[in-house]
Amino acid sequence: MPEEPEQSVESSPPTASNDAWRRVQLARHAKRPHSLDYINRVFTGFHEIHGDRGFGDDPAIVAGFAFLDDNPIMVVGEQKGRDTKQKLYRNFGMPKPEGYRKALRLMQLASKFGRPVVTFLDTPGAYPGIDADERGQAEAIARNLREMARLACPVICVCIGEGGSGGALALGVGNCVLMLENAVYSVISPESCAAIIWRDSAKAELAAAALKLTAEDLQSLGLIDDIIPEPPGGAHENPDLAADLLATRLRRALRELSPLNSAELVQQRYTKFRRMGNFFL
Amino acid sequence: MSWFKREKAGPEIPEKPPEGGRRVRTEGLWLKCEGCRQIIWKKDLEANWNVCPKCGRHMRMDAFQRLKLLLDGPWEEFDADLHSSNPLDFVDSKPYSERLEAMRQSTNLFDALISAGGTLAGRPVLICAMDIRFIGGSMGCVVGEKITRAIERAIAQKAPLIIVSASGGARMQEGAVSLMQLAKISAALMRLDECRVPYISVLTDPTTGGVTASFAMLGDLNIAEPGALIGFAGPRVIEQTIRQKLPEGFQRAEFLEKHGMLDAVVPRSELKTYIAQALRFLAG
Repeated sequence: MPEEPEQSVESSPPTASNDAWRRVQLARHAKRPHSLDYINRVFTGFHEIHGDRGFGDDPAIVAGFAFLDDNPIMVVGEQKGRDTKQKLYRNFGMPKPEGYRKALRLMQLASKFGRPVVTFLDTPGAYPGIDADERGQAEAIARNLREMARLACPVICVCIGEGGSGGALALGVGNCVLMLENAVYSVISPESCAAIIWRDSAKAELAAAALKLTAEDLQSLGLIDDIIPEPPGGAHENPDLAADLLATRLRRALRELSPLNSAELVQQRYTKFRRMGNFFL
Repeated sequence: MSWFKREKAGPEIPEKPPEGGRRVRTEGLWLKCEGCRQIIWKKDLEANWNVCPKCGRHMRMDAFQRLKLLLDGPWEEFDADLHSSNPLDFVDSKPYSERLEAMRQSTNLFDALISAGGTLAGRPVLICAMDIRFIGGSMGCVVGEKITRAIERAIAQKAPLIIVSASGGARMQEGAVSLMQLAKISAALMRLDECRVPYISVLTDPTTGGVTASFAMLGDLNIAEPGALIGFAGPRVIEQTIRQKLPEGFQRAEFLEKHGMLDAVVPRSELKTYIAQALRFLAG
């Protein structure tokens, strides 16, 4: 076995580096279920609500009310497209300010009527374009971060694919923050990180490992609450099963949060984020 | 001789420095303004708080200078020795812990922000000033914690909070730990808001990325210095995305003001007075 060169290459155990990179590739897999795939399988009676009532409707974020076993839920998710036409329509899942403002409007609506919010995080990042910056991309994200901390209803956030920095976090301030097994969540994409460090975006594989962006990494750093298992080979191998596993975990999270009143929910969320990143001496 | 005569009256030509050979050796006594290309005596520039005396270009200043500019006298520094434990064990061209140590040597700071308490025009205030020299003023867990503690102090003391931003954004070397500082600080600002304690955000050159997308844009007033680069995505990232040159003045303070994203652009010479007036309005 070690004598045969090609065998030894194949049987070499996965290193931390290529495992992290494998997760990045799974998180971006062409067939990976997107927000709407889960929404249609997990919830019933989903009705999309459009627009930020200020500028427009951003197709990179889908939002609306739905039911989970007859319980009313406000669902907000970042949405990627599958074929080229859809990808362009969804802007590759990169929201613009109006998308974040729509999301906030609907989360506040849910808060007003005491309905739980479930968000799905799946974006390469907030859209970095002239129009987005002109309309206050940074302000929209910042406001979401502050106002999500104030929501008086249970908020459950699930990173289902790519948790692309501030663009994902803008929907990610929850009482319970979950990640799918093969999802990644990072402050910068491995490609950009590699471009900065080694001036070579081809070294993304190394950067992926250095950034500690897998679900296990985030859990051990105390930044997420739990990991939702995926079907063998990844969520795309069996989307129905992946949705079942997700639904089961969502039910548990909702059950656990149901005894808390609105003040306790705000307090619990605050305490959780207040403790994040105690890595100073 | 008229061949070499200047057509326009140029800047005052300083006396030749002592060992001036063919190449004028300024030895840090003279600086060239990037705005007007004129030569400025460094002491003139410093006396003018790093604003070009000839064209008014606002150059960057470090956190110490910033506190001197805004506070009446000496200040009390908080959490000065808080430093990062390198949660990711990050190694790039050199280990992150070595990078931190080198920065500490060169800047005399443990991280990219000074948190202080003092008086501004006689009023007790809390100020956080970022320092762009320390790994690009980037925000990791130390900056996040120092700001959050300053917010808690502001709530406890009912003292106005001023945060002067100068940062490239979240610190890559601390990965998702840095990212979560955005949420942590923003949540603390929610509490400050509920307690009705004034918060003035001053955006200086440059303020980009996760800092803009969190506390820098969440002030009761968001003000900026003239010409400051302020944005979410850096200009190079945008150029790569849209594959064209950016318009002149894009992401500068004046551009943001025009698009309704800033409350005012305030020259450095008027900054302290402006904040004092604003606090008089907000806090009485």
